[in-house]
Amino acid sequence: MASDSLNVAETVDMFRFVSKFMIDQKDILTKADQKIGDGDHGIGIARGFEAIIDLLETTQFDELGVLLKKIGFGLMNSMGGASGAIFGTLFLGGAKAINNQDCLDSENLGLMLQGGLDAVKNRGKANPGDKTMVDALEPAALAADSQISLTDNLAAVTEASRLGMEKTKEMVANFGRAKSLGEKAVGHADPGSISMHLLLKSMTEYVQKR
Amino acid sequence: MSDTKKIINDPKKVVPELLEGLVAASHGSLKIVDGTTAVIRSKLTEGKVGLLTGGGSGHEPLTGGFVGENLADGAVCGNVFASPTPDIIYEAIKAVEKGKGVLNLVLNYAGDNMNFEIACEMAEADGIETRSVQVWDDVLSASKDKTEDRRGIAGMVQALKVVGAAASEISDLNELERIAIKTRDSLCSVGVAVSAGSIPETGEPTFTLAADELEIGLGIHGEPGVERQKLIPADELTDMMVDKLLADLPFQQGDRICLLVNNLGATTTMELLIVNRRIRQILEEKGIVVYDTLLGTYCTSLEMAGFSISFMKLDDELQKYYDMPARSVAFCKG
Repeated sequence: MASDSLNVAETVDMFRFVSKFMIDQKDILTKADQKIGDGDHGIGIARGFEAIIDLLETTQFDELGVLLKKIGFGLMNSMGGASGAIFGTLFLGGAKAINNQDCLDSENLGLMLQGGLDAVKNRGKANPGDKTMVDALEPAALAADSQISLTDNLAAVTEASRLGMEKTKEMVANFGRAKSLGEKAVGHADPGSISMHLLLKSMTEYVQKR
Repeated sequence: MSDTKKIINDPKKVVPELLEGLVAASHGSLKIVDGTTAVIRSKLTEGKVGLLTGGGSGHEPLTGGFVGENLADGAVCGNVFASPTPDIIYEAIKAVEKGKGVLNLVLNYAGDNMNFEIACEMAEADGIETRSVQVWDDVLSASKDKTEDRRGIAGMVQALKVVGAAASEISDLNELERIAIKTRDSLCSVGVAVSAGSIPETGEPTFTLAADELEIGLGIHGEPGVERQKLIPADELTDMMVDKLLADLPFQQGDRICLLVNNLGATTTMELLIVNRRIRQILEEKGIVVYDTLLGTYCTSLEMAGFSISFMKLDDELQKYYDMPARSVAFCKG
């Protein structure tokens, strides 16, 4: 399905949509983080994606690797905290995996997710089950299937990330500030895993609406 | 319900504005690294290992207040309770680097560790040698066999005193790292809170305690502690806290320690003095020598009411560095 892919300009437009979508989740993420963190995840995500909107306005891109790399550094250098380092690393890892590509197709989506996952695990040292965004990201990367269309692939990875995010409700945290909570964190989803799922969900919505 | 009153302007600008105020109070000894929220000494010594600290804001005077003579060369300040970003850490590393590499002394939190690690990779790519040592003095935040999971709190002040002085004498990065690790491993702290601080951007308290409750082991970002109980008299509370400290390192008869009785934001000097009186009684009884006492506001959690007690065990090597004069906006010795 050669037509079911995004060129660089369309991918930029998708990340513009994704950024607006994520900024709109500020209050939801703040409320989720107040339950098991220090309540600043929504502020950080909104600050990060506001910086990405500026980046996409002011920079021209002609390939996906540079686009993802700039988004990664943009998030990292505006958000701060553990989430800035992790979500920035997600995009930097994705950038390495699809360097010099000029079309986001089903195969590149899988490569990007796997590259992002490897980089995030290496940086943060979290494994599945630790109640972090890895619990949403890893099932998504595993669900990616290059044999189906980009639209279907995005829908599948989004659903996998949703199920992974839901599972974090049953987990005790081993990382971040929530680890101090022990059993008290059970019943609440990890805010980073919610953001990871919403990121994929907004990409899917963009492609479906197109 | 929160009843937060703060004397601020735009909540998004608290960090750059507090740093401007810090520089203004420094008699010309500090400056801001252009375009960042990092503060460094105006005059840096060539041929010296750069000592950089930093972390989220909201703990003033830590960390920026401890940039000065025989203390840190620079402090990278993030948003309130959030680690600084790699780009400004990288700029600060480059600014304090004077030919012998840079040692980062940071509190042990996931965000600070990762952001400093990314910045160090960027600096190493430029040929700047770096090391990072984490302070993890909060004995109630994880068990003794998992010290690397412990949080860093007020003991950072004593660590900066010793390592800052050592950095003026030792021009070898590996040797300075050894001193920093030894200092870190000589530190223990325990904290208690009676009411919460609130982040300027949300105005929400980071936790809630009933009017007659206290919480032992609560972290400097409101992380839950180990025990919540009814308010008890100062002596009883101090006994309990000192017991936990003595058992941890452990400290024993004949040890020399430096003591820090630290206000977490809104506790009065009156209360700290009452606590200090009791600490001294216990230590005299145990035959532990208090070599020096710091008492006051050093490492805060916004307007949290509460205090922490830190012990640093001294040997001749650490004492030599502790004794050296030091001067910054928040600290003056000798």
